[in-house]
Amino acid sequence: MDTRTELREFIVDNFMMGMNPEDLSDNGSLLELGIIDSTGVLELIGFLEEKYSIQVEDSDLIPDNLDSLDNLVNYLNNKNQ
Amino acid sequence: MCGIAGYLELKEAKRPDHQLIGKMVSSIQHRGPDEFGAYFDNYCSMGHARLSIIDLTSGSQPLSNENANLWIVYNGEIFNYKELRIELEQAGHQFRTQSDTEVIIHAFEQWGEDCLNRFNGQFSFAIYNRESHEMFLVSDRLGIRPLYFALQNDRLYFASEIKAIFSDPTIPREIDLQGLDQTFTWWTTAPPKTIFNNIQELEAGHCLLVKNGEIRNRKYWSLNYPEEFDRNRSGDSWAEELHELLVDSVRLRLRADVPVGAYLSGGLDSSATTALIKNFTNTPVETFSIAFHDKAYDESEYQIQMAEFLGTNHHQIKCSYLDIAENFPKAIWHTERPILRTAPTPLMMLSGLVRKHNFKVVLTGEGSDEILGGYDIFKETLIRKFWARNPESKWRPLLLKKLYPTMPLSVARAKFYLETFYKAGLSKTDEFYFSHIPRINTTSKIKDYFTDDVKKALKDINSIEAFGNNLPDNFYHWHHLLRAQYIEAKSLLSGYILSSQGDRMCSANSVEGRFPFLDHRLVEFAAAIPPIYKIHGLNEKFTLKKAMQKELPPEITRRVKQPYMAPDSNSFVQPDSPAYLQKVLSEKRISNDGIFKADFVSKLKDKCQRLSHAHLSFKDNMSYIGILSTQLLIDKFINNFPDIKPKDKSNFKIWIDYSAK
Repeated sequence: MDTRTELREFIVDNFMMGMNPEDLSDNGSLLELGIIDSTGVLELIGFLEEKYSIQVEDSDLIPDNLDSLDNLVNYLNNKNQ
Repeated sequence: MCGIAGYLELKEAKRPDHQLIGKMVSSIQHRGPDEFGAYFDNYCSMGHARLSIIDLTSGSQPLSNENANLWIVYNGEIFNYKELRIELEQAGHQFRTQSDTEVIIHAFEQWGEDCLNRFNGQFSFAIYNRESHEMFLVSDRLGIRPLYFALQNDRLYFASEIKAIFSDPTIPREIDLQGLDQTFTWWTTAPPKTIFNNIQELEAGHCLLVKNGEIRNRKYWSLNYPEEFDRNRSGDSWAEELHELLVDSVRLRLRADVPVGAYLSGGLDSSATTALIKNFTNTPVETFSIAFHDKAYDESEYQIQMAEFLGTNHHQIKCSYLDIAENFPKAIWHTERPILRTAPTPLMMLSGLVRKHNFKVVLTGEGSDEILGGYDIFKETLIRKFWARNPESKWRPLLLKKLYPTMPLSVARAKFYLETFYKAGLSKTDEFYFSHIPRINTTSKIKDYFTDDVKKALKDINSIEAFGNNLPDNFYHWHHLLRAQYIEAKSLLSGYILSSQGDRMCSANSVEGRFPFLDHRLVEFAAAIPPIYKIHGLNEKFTLKKAMQKELPPEITRRVKQPYMAPDSNSFVQPDSPAYLQKVLSEKRISNDGIFKADFVSKLKDKCQRLSHAHLSFKDNMSYIGILSTQLLIDKFINNFPDIKPKDKSNFKIWIDYSAK
């Protein structure tokens, strides 16, 4: 399974109960779509750190890294380089 | 605390239904187990379940005036009844009892509906005129004591609790989807709407006059705030007057012919009321508090510190996950509506502890946060308003971090987390609900779980507007803090804090709560305190802290406010969780009841289970508790409403029957 699919699956299963999975576009803002709220961000970070064995630094906590599927995939790619 | 219930024929005289009154009283006897009374004629039948507190021997109800043409059933207290009685005696009224009930009857004779402006208390009552067949139904200014009514079968039914109305099996029992949508927006319905079709709630500060089959609903009191404030008055002067009023309010609320206890939460408000009992009255103080096994919620360190400081005889109940899970269905039987948090449940256990120690009355600190500016939602509003003036500011949102100094997060993490949450709706500063946008957004996520049918039925409904109707004319001229206070008092205070978390959890164990901060003189005084003295910088309840600084230890007045909460979904995902959960949350039941999508609920259950040792979001916790409580409500009130065994004539101490045979 590629990273994007894994991420999508995690987000759909954990944050989109009751929502249509098709609402999750690749570049839509997770915050603005109401998919992830403030505490959801912590769950997401927990998942990234555990699943991909990375350390999410405080300075990484910006929407450019975390706020859409595209951004997350790019962030993980950069992180693993 | 007592329970009242009955009905009025709206069209024609009929034989009274003695058995129905027997059932109605039986269904709410937890509110007043001490004695029962009933009144009947061919238009009106009404019953009373009494918790005897004032005038234990002769205060039985229903009670009449001198010539027996006015009859009353009444739940609550008029704390200034002694002063009113003197006035009424001077006007020529003759009294047969020492009760406050009789004061209401004579006050109504003397002043008509205007008598309400003279009452200082917490009350709901029905006065029936035997000659004109008119009925006058009242709820107190803030909705401390409940009153519901329904129009069915050419009758007006009324009762302290909905279950008494449902005791008549001909009344349809159905969920009101709009009421549900409002609950999942504001934590409560907007009266007169309730969670059930056809059942209405008499709004706080309102009265009904029923005359010749017609019903007039009138507002007699409303919270109001000034547009301008007395700028010359010092902070000390406000604090002094607040202290004076609080002492007087506490004194009045100790009036009872039975011992009075006090809740001690470990926070500022109940510490203040308890300290005033200790320092300004001769009442020996017994205090009661809730502790939690889960340390994240436990405040017992402060409770014990305060009990020792005041030298009270202290009692504590310690609450586990299992306690909450096991008591939750009973709590829902009493709240009679869905709730978003489990927090009422431990309060029901606490009133049980009070009752076990033979107390019937407790003073609590409820209402202080609403009237004196204690809640975080008010500080958030001030910060968001300030931030909204420059939404791109990098440093303005940093103030949010000051709100949550104990949050176990790095600065950057907390900043990200708070910003994303509170940035919502910054462009809506002119909307009446601006202050409540973050709460509304989080709560409303539950609606994603609705089935397609429910979503379709609600597609044109805008529940945000539910509390936006009938706003006072000058609402938009008020300071943002005052608008937030008004909306909070109308929604959360009346519909949740005083109801689900207050009256219902006390009355479940036949205990009466009394709230010194909600004396209407104090509420009106607090409204006039300038916003800057309510929240000074970001120091909440500034005037109260100032007023109480000599009487409380600094550890209490300087303490970072901890909102009262109990473990939510965590209580239900432990290995020893009770069996009913499997039943009410089974896919089959959820599908049959048709409100929520069963597969989504299963996913949520899995997530709560999976994250039971981690930090689950407010959103998921609220969804879980909201869904579980709705399913329990449907189970208890719609699918399996109990067959209530009626009390018969021999169970009633008072039995008045004027009906033509």
